[in-house]
Amino acid sequence: MYSQGLIGADGQTNETPEFLETFQKRIDAEEKVEPTDAMPEGYRRTLVRQIGQHAHSEIVGMLPEGNWITRAPSLRRKAALLAKVQDEGGHGLYLYSAAETLGVSREEMTEELHSGKAKYSSIFNYPTLSWADIGTIGWLVDGAAIMNQIPLCRCSFGPYARAMIRVCKEESFHQRQGYEIIMTLAQGTPEQKEMAQDSLNRWWWPSLMMFGPHDADSEHSDQSMTWKIKRFTNDQLRQKFIDATVPQAEYLGLKVPDPDLKWNEEKGGYDHGEIDWDEFWRVVKGHGRMNRDRIKDRRAAWERGAWVREAALAHAEKRRARKIAAE
Amino acid sequence: MTVYHALLELADDHLVLGHRLSEWCGHAPMLEEDLAMPNMALDLIGTARTLYDRAAALEGKGRSEDDMAYLRDERAYRNCLLVERPNEDFAHTVLRQLYFAAFMHPYWIAAQDSTDGVVRGVAGKAVKEMAYHIRHAGEWVIRLGDGTEESAARMRDAVEALSIYVDELFDSSPAAREAEAAGVLPVRADLRTQWDKTIADIFGEAALTLPEAPYPQRGGREGLHGEGLGHLLAEMQSVYRAHPGAQW
Ligand SMILES: [Fe+2]
Ligand SMILES: [Fe+2]
Repeated sequence: MYSQGLIGADGQTNETPEFLETFQKRIDAEEKVEPTDAMPEGYRRTLVRQIGQHAHSEIVGMLPEGNWITRAPSLRRKAALLAKVQDEGGHGLYLYSAAETLGVSREEMTEELHSGKAKYSSIFNYPTLSWADIGTIGWLVDGAAIMNQIPLCRCSFGPYARAMIRVCKEESFHQRQGYEIIMTLAQGTPEQKEMAQDSLNRWWWPSLMMFGPHDADSEHSDQSMTWKIKRFTNDQLRQKFIDATVPQAEYLGLKVPDPDLKWNEEKGGYDHGEIDWDEFWRVVKGHGRMNRDRIKDRRAAWERGAWVREAALAHAEKRRARKIAAE
Repeated sequence: MTVYHALLELADDHLVLGHRLSEWCGHAPMLEEDLAMPNMALDLIGTARTLYDRAAALEGKGRSEDDMAYLRDERAYRNCLLVERPNEDFAHTVLRQLYFAAFMHPYWIAAQDSTDGVVRGVAGKAVKEMAYHIRHAGEWVIRLGDGTEESAARMRDAVEALSIYVDELFDSSPAAREAEAAGVLPVRADLRTQWDKTIADIFGEAALTLPEAPYPQRGGREGLHGEGLGHLLAEMQSVYRAHPGAQW
């Protein structure tokens, strides 16, 4: 979600060369940039966009998993899933606060999400069709998120880096929990094992797409690397993810749905088949199976809750007025 | 065996209400409530799990908490009618939560003296949780009752709709009466004064009045429910029942 966060980011700046040079020196010295510090406009815009998209991903990501809370097949799993989805909401809240330090309000960001102007990770535009998908999302999606986010703990922007440290701890817990769900299924009845394999088949490629386009096609990557918003390229992170995940699938006795996948001794990593970039861009541009439903759900919740938020404001206002009157 | 039935009633109350709250997850009016709803749901489901486990142990047939939750149909569920009421809107949801917590808080306080060690353990934890639920739901009842014209009207609708399910909270089934006589569970009827006071305090600030309920609805403890519970259970139990004997 995080590399995808740079798609369309406009890193252009109009500052003087001296200003940019001084700023770059701070970055190169690994100093953290804080919200009140002077920063290039492009740096601010890139971060607002990336953190906002990251926050939206956490919030929209609650929907596919929330889809199984009411059907979780044991009380233990039901409680764990509730807690996980709650964590994701907490990540969203935390990230919106980090973005707000850059002068953009949560309301503005929410409106951009609802209007389709702001994006969120393409992965959440795929549907959860079986209980196994809850395991797979934890294992692969949270797993991919961790690959992206661990380097973000060293991001040059202080509030984002600090948010990531806390978030990463919870994501790795989610990843282990998801893997454990899949392990239980893989070692279960033939139907359960089939459920796990089917789920891996459907989520494998979308998970690889989470890392964003190939480096050669990634326009804004260079500037973000120079500013140390990003530390690794999309392809480097994707490779790390594949190398870590394939042995886990093998251990479970599940087959990764890529006939071209094979170990490359020379590079010390796996070679993999070509990603369907047409599908990726289609989903990013709003034409995945669940894009419309996700936004519709978010908007419906927001619109149905309008009277609640208005009432809370009105009540706070009445309280304030009564307090002043009493003084 | 009767203590078993009484614990099952109590566990069903918590599971069904926890399930209802979990239906909000990702669809709440604001992000803060997307966190608060599952938080309260987790408290309730946690209590349900311990109570099912204890009930199963007393029953002595080797059933698990999941067998209890997932393999009984609506006629076998023993929850009170209040907790199965649909979410409707946020006003109904917070009022249902307040009514339930205002009952359970003094209940668990009294249950801290239970003759059953597991019940005492649950009570110690649940007292703090229910105090939080009263605070959280109560604050919302006040905000909505004394908010805008629309929120006040919705709050009054919720009061009108849910007050007929209050009296059942204070009824003790024959099983509960035996558990009460044995000192395992507190006497439900004794908690009315405390409940009335909690609600009166909050309603006072919320500009709401508790209506008379001349025709209260009862029947949950005999498995006589509304039509919504069957759908809730059908959804909840679907995966578990489709794979008999599977581990999850
Ligand atoms: Fe997250
Ligand atoms: Fe996560």
